[in-house]
Parts: sequence; structure tokens; C-alpha cells
Amino acid sequence: MATSATVLPQTRRISGAQLIVHLLERQGITMISGIPGGTVLPLYDALSESSIRHVLARHEQGAGFIAQGMARTSGKAAVCVACSGPGATNLVTAIADARMDSVPLVCITGQVPRAMIGTDAFQEVDTYGLSIPVTKHNYLVREIADLPRVIDEAFSIAELGRPGPVWIDVPKDVQSAELDYDDVAYLIERPALPEISSQSILDAAAMINAAERPILYVGGGATNAVEQVRELAEHGHLPATMTLNGLGILPADHPRSLGMLGMHGARSTNLIMNEADLLVVLGARFDDRAIGLAEKFCPNASIIHVDIDRAEIGKIRQPHIAIQGDVGEVLTRLLPRITSDGREEWLAAVSDMQTQFPDHRPGIEDPLTHFGVIRAVAKCVDGSEIITTDVGQHQMWVAQSYPFNRPGQWLTSGGLGTMGFGLPAAVGAALAEPSRKVLCFSGDGSLMMNIQEMATAAENDLDVKIILMNNRALGLVHQQQSMFYRENVYGATYLQKTDFLAIAAGFGLDTCDLNAAEDPETALKAAIDKPGPCLIHIFTNPEEKVYPMVPAGAANTHMLGE
Amino acid sequence: MQNQFPVLELIVRNHPGVMSHVCGLFARRAFNVEGIVCLPISGSEQSRIWLQVQAGDQLEQMIRQLEKLEDVISVLKPDLDSDTFDRLPAMFKHQTRTVAPGSTSVV
Ligand SMILES: Cc1ncc(C[n+]2csc(CCOP(=O)(O)OP(=O)(O)O)c2C)c(N)n1
Ligand SMILES: [Mg+2]
Repeated sequence: MATSATVLPQTRRISGAQLIVHLLERQGITMISGIPGGTVLPLYDALSESSIRHVLARHEQGAGFIAQGMARTSGKAAVCVACSGPGATNLVTAIADARMDSVPLVCITGQVPRAMIGTDAFQEVDTYGLSIPVTKHNYLVREIADLPRVIDEAFSIAELGRPGPVWIDVPKDVQSAELDYDDVAYLIERPALPEISSQSILDAAAMINAAERPILYVGGGATNAVEQVRELAEHGHLPATMTLNGLGILPADHPRSLGMLGMHGARSTNLIMNEADLLVVLGARFDDRAIGLAEKFCPNASIIHVDIDRAEIGKIRQPHIAIQGDVGEVLTRLLPRITSDGREEWLAAVSDMQTQFPDHRPGIEDPLTHFGVIRAVAKCVDGSEIITTDVGQHQMWVAQSYPFNRPGQWLTSGGLGTMGFGLPAAVGAALAEPSRKVLCFSGDGSLMMNIQEMATAAENDLDVKIILMNNRALGLVHQQQSMFYRENVYGATYLQKTDFLAIAAGFGLDTCDLNAAEDPETALKAAIDKPGPCLIHIFTNPEEKVYPMVPAGAANTHMLGE
Repeated sequence: MQNQFPVLELIVRNHPGVMSHVCGLFARRAFNVEGIVCLPISGSEQSRIWLQVQAGDQLEQMIRQLEKLEDVISVLKPDLDSDTFDRLPAMFKHQTRTVAPGSTSVV
């Protein structure tokens, strides 16, 4: 697999740190993000002599999200490194975020030497205990001889089945211990995935063929099944809605695409789903933001649920047919059994609903509005770009209106909804895919949470453009307080007028002030075209709302706004 | 009649962190564990854990979550006598008394 790995002599004396680096190289790792500290110094010493490029983050949370940016674009596990104590605690948010969105990561932290564990030593924290609930699996490595198994297992676990983060905590004295190492090929065999039940494939095909008003509900778990999902939608005439993390699996302009469902989904989509007689769930997990009140979600529909993770099946809604397996493999076996029923009546009803309840995009012609700037940005690029966002109103507006055309194009924090995701994730994406432009839509609240990674973007001269929609507010909070707390907006506006353009310039970024531009569209195009990192700034109105909106806990048919 | 406190039998990898994984799973879901017994399986690197839990709709989901843990090798729902756990305290008839605040010694 890894061809660039340092070739070790047959047997040699090797330190734990060198062994870790060698094992990472063997996994094909060429780049890692991190911040050093006392307990990872042996590892950094070994890294300095390796083929691996280390990208120095400015905050460990940034390092975690940079690794996420690499992993989300490549689909392969990426690695981040931090020291013990505060380094480890700073990583927790980024790792928890990876777990919620099933992103493969291997995170390596230093720990105090074994003899000092449990003594409240300097920078000691119970990393193993802290990481249990936020990872897919975790290790505290007690013996140097365990490293080959642990590291190989960690990559296997991170990538196999439902992906997720794995955390490896390595005491400093394990890093500096030595052993005689014979390079052994892969020590562990990756376990086989569960057998897909043939009967359930037959049953599912029959149920789909018999359905009059079926809908596909496609989540992030279908990312590797683009062709199959498209064929099912086209050949079977099945309209398809996507979750936040499923966006792009069907291109936004595909005739069968219903766009996003849920709290801020399309009005027509939420209404159409209420009419469905069959829901085919592909790699999605009935998240509350997507389905609203669970009992009232698609009340008339039978359910077929396909997921690699058995624990997702029946967790929220009991399906009529459950298929545990990889969405792509399941669909490959299912597709030949799907008859091409025209479903004219259903498709006509769907398009009637879409005509009756069109999407509202106020101001879309004006590049100085929230929808307008998103559209103007999309016009400056050719579809090969990668989009990241932070969390808030700007994120939802991008999700609603950006023309996504492929999975992996769109990186956003869905499950955890972490402000501060956008910029470091964009840095990671740009590192992993240097030939693509990476556009990060951010809000003034979110950008502030990992703004230090501007330095990382500048230092590595990455082609990252931050499009900052500055409403001088925590807009989504402002919106909720306005709508549900008697317009009592509290703690959600910024009195201090932070000068983001000056800050970005201070970090070494180019800047573009859209409000000051004579012709905003020309200025935008010039800023995006020019290689290298840039902050593009636009003021937006804090009174704007993300509509439609399903109040938390209500049925998806109960939409406010517009 | 269904046993109100069924017992789950887990085979796990025997290492210091495994109990945290198992117990954390229940704690996070506010799912009470009524009783725990854990014994190493001699001649192997595995242990057996018996968990006495509450019957209910959530149990199936708990079992699936347990099966997802990398350190859990298998989960069974053995048909134990419902009073198995009730008989345990008698077996541990204690020989312990407190000698000083915070310290305990075995007599
Ligand atoms: C780390 C973190 N803290 C708090 C929140 C709660 N929250 C959700 S959206 C939001 C406001 C985001 O403000 P901004 O980034 O300016 O985006 P806007 O909504 O204004 O577009 C807040 C505080 C969160 N999602 N993440
Ligand atoms: Mg804002």
C-alpha cells in the first residue's frame, strides 16, 4: 500500500516513536496535522526524519478539523497529533464531531510516562476516559510491542464499516522505549463485512416495485454509492431527498432531486414526504433535524432501511425491511430487480407540489445579500471546487441554495454542529486536494472560533477563500430568540465592531471588501481567481431568517416562514 | 412472565479499559445497570461479564450498541434463574471492617 515508507533493515533497534512513524507511512499517510508538546517530543523527533509532512496547526481543535478536512475529501483516515493534558482536551471537540458525522480519523496523543499515570502529573489527563464517548474506539498503549497491532487495528476500525475516529494515547516512555523490530506485513486481517441477506433484497425489490408513492431518503452513508443511487432514482422513477451530509449525492439540478429535507429543508419536500407510501432509507439515521417529530414523519409510509451499522436500524423508527450492509453493495444487488414503472401520477403530484410551494430566495439577484453572494460565488467557479461551511444561518442558506454536484464537494459539521469547523476543514481539504479551489462560507461568530488557522492557510499558501457573511450576530440564535423567545434577543449580537479585514491582512491573507467594491461581482471573481488564501467580506442583515423552519420537536409539515 | 431484570452475558477482551466502555454505554443512555459480575476466563485473554439490566424497549438497542464495542466479542442473553444475582451477596459474606476513616482492612 505505502510505497514511500522508509525501508527498514530486516531487524533493527527502533524506538516506539520511530515505529509509530513507520507504521503510519506503511498505512500510506503522507501528511499529518498537529501541535507538539512535552509528551510527544519523541514522536516529533522521529517525524522530523520521515517522509511525512507535518502541518503545524495553531490550536489542537484546528489540527483535528484539518485532519477532518483531509479525511472528508479523500474518504481515507487522516491523522492528527497532540500532546497530553491540554493538547488532548483541545482535540475533544473535533473528534466528537468526527464521530457524529462518521469521519475516519486516527488521533495520536502523548501521555505522561507510565510510572506517573494516576499521580496527577504535569499535563496528565485521563485521555482514555475522556475519549471513550467521542470515539469509535480508543487505546492506551502500555507496551511498545503493542504498537504494530494497535496502529494497524486503528486504521482498520476507523475506515471499515461505519467510519469513525480512533484515538491512540501513547505514554512518553513507550515512545522512547526500544525494541528489535522485524518488519512484518500487515499484522491484522481486516474483518469481513456482514453478509447481505438475499431474501431481504428480494423483499425490498418487491416492496419498491409495488409502491405507488416511494421516496428515497439519502444520507451521508450513501457517499460511496453515487452511481447506484442515481440509477435507482432514474430507472425506478424515485424522487430522492438528501440529508445535510448527503447533499451532492444526486446533483442539485437532477430531475429526481428533492433537495434537503427537515428543519430547514424545502417546503415542498417536507410536504411531499408526508404523502409517501414507501420510504427507502439509504445510509441515513433519522436525525431529529432531518425528520422532525419521529412519530409524524412519513406517517403513511412503509420503511426499508439500509445501513452498515446495525444499531441504526430500528433505533428511531422500526423498518418493515431492514438490510444491514454497505449501501453501494446492497443497491448493486437490488437494481437488477427494480422494474421501471413510470410512476407518472406520483411524479406529477411531486412536481405540482414543487410548483405550488417554490423555494423562496429573496435577494438572489443582488450579490450583496446572503442568497445573492452564494449564487455569485457559485458563478465564479466551475463545479470542481470544494465547499466548507461553519455553523449558523449562513450554513443553512448554503445548504439550501448551493448547486452541489458530487459527494466530497461539501464539508459541513452536521451531527455536532460545531462552530469553528469551516476554516480548518477548508485548510485540510486544500492540503489534500491542492488542485481544487476551496471556498469556506463562514459567519462572524464561527470564524472567530478557529480564526487562528488563517495563519496555517497563509503559511502553506493554500487556495482557500473565506466568504464571511458578517451580520455582527450569532444569527441562528438571534433567529430562534426572535421567533420563540418573545423577540428577546439576548447574548446574540456583537457590540464590538471587529475589523475582520484588518485581522485577515494581519495573518497574511489577501482581502476583498465586497461592500466597498465598485462592481461586487467583478471584485468577487478576481478575488476567487487569484491563487492563495483570501478573506472575502460582506455585511449581511441580522434580521434575516432561515426559512422555512420547523420548530424543534414539531412535525416536519409544521413549517414557519415565507 | 418476562423477567423484569434480565441478565446479559458478555465475552470481552480483558484489559483495564473495558469496564469503562461497557458501563459508559449504559450511563450515557441513562440506562441503569442493576448488577455486575466480571471474571477472567482462565487460560485466555478474555473475561466474562454478567450484567443485570432492566427489561424494556431500550434493551434491544443496548445490546446492539454493546455489540458495536470493539472490545466486546459477543453478547448473549442466557436464561438464568431470576434470583441468580439475589444469591450473590450471601456468597460474599463479608469479613471486612473499617479500621480508620477512609481505610479498609480485611480481617
Ligand atoms: C461551538 C458552538 N457553540 C455554540 C453553538 C450554538 N450556535 C449555533 S449557531 C450559532 C450562531 C452562529 O453565528 P455565526 O457563525 O455568526 O453564523 P450566523 O448564524 O450569524 O450566520 C450558535 C452560537 C454551536 N453550534 N457551536
Ligand atoms: Mg453571524
